[in-house]
Amino acid sequence: MKGAHKFSKKGGKGNPTISTASLPDIVFMLLFFFMVTTVMREVDLKVVIVQPEATEVEKLDKKGLVDYIYIGSPSESDKFGTSSRIQLNDQFARVQDVGPFIEAKRAERDEAEVPLLTTSLKVDRETKMGIVTEVKQELRKVQALKLSYSTRERLN
Amino acid sequence: MASKNPPEINASSMADIAFLLLVFFLVTTTMDTDLGLMRKLPPPLPPQVEKPPPIKDRNVFVVLANANDQLLVEGELMDVKDLKEAAKEFIENPMNNETLPEKKPVQVDFFGEVMVSKQVISLQNDNGTSYDLYIQVQNELAAAYNELRNELAMDKFGVSYDKLVDDKQKAKVKAIRSIFPQRISEAEPKDVGGN
Repeated sequence: MKGAHKFSKKGGKGNPTISTASLPDIVFMLLFFFMVTTVMREVDLKVVIVQPEATEVEKLDKKGLVDYIYIGSPSESDKFGTSSRIQLNDQFARVQDVGPFIEAKRAERDEAEVPLLTTSLKVDRETKMGIVTEVKQELRKVQALKLSYSTRERLN
Repeated sequence: MASKNPPEINASSMADIAFLLLVFFLVTTTMDTDLGLMRKLPPPLPPQVEKPPPIKDRNVFVVLANANDQLLVEGELMDVKDLKEAAKEFIENPMNNETLPEKKPVQVDFFGEVMVSKQVISLQNDNGTSYDLYIQVQNELAAAYNELRNELAMDKFGVSYDKLVDDKQKAKVKAIRSIFPQRISEAEPKDVGGN
């Protein structure tokens, strides 16, 4: 049979087989590359967020010291309506939950790191400022004053 | 007794296992770096606080944003794209104009005595203003400061301000910042102008 002949080692024409022994090594190399360069996805988003664009952006480094607050309209709008909602961790929250959320995040961390904590606001561009301002007032109350308005970079 | 040549373990499935792990990490991780506008909120006011001394009108650059995403800058309707130039002129006050902010002499490292303007930018938005406009305004104002700082750094040190920040030239950065301090004050929100 012609097909079987193609794979047999003792093929008459003597096509040398390519060794695949190094394939696992290559794949492991790729694996480690991705493990090192990426971070775990923080949460499953329940709100739709299209970030606004800005030019004067700064990089938010030290991801371990950042807490995220998401504000946008729910992605399952037939279930949750279309008005803007706040998402903390994996669930919807009310404005008054923001303070306890920040306190809880602080309690998880080392005391020395608390002044370095930054809150990143990921807000949909269509959101009205009312809810954003309320969240900001809550943050002020719990002294979480370092803030980053998450944006995409606009390329000129 | 163990045999002299132990049977070889078939390693051909190793690649499959590694691929599986690789795909798992590709799916569960993200690569994007977080970018954003860094701001500092003012600390909460103590309940009984004496009123701060009033700031002269000429020292305040008033930016109002309404629920229809229109901007009122110093009493005039303005487009977002013109905001940067207006803010730059206000902050710098190159002609020592009477209606633009006052200046006072300040001792600054590297520069000696410099006339620093007493500018404050006041930003007020409505509860119905869109977040997009808010970010655009914040961005334009930050751009105005950054451009002025860049121009100054180019004049004085021959490198841009961003480069100074990247190179961690803290003393020079501090000097430039004290000449063009970023003072953006956000008023408590108002609910006017419908939805």
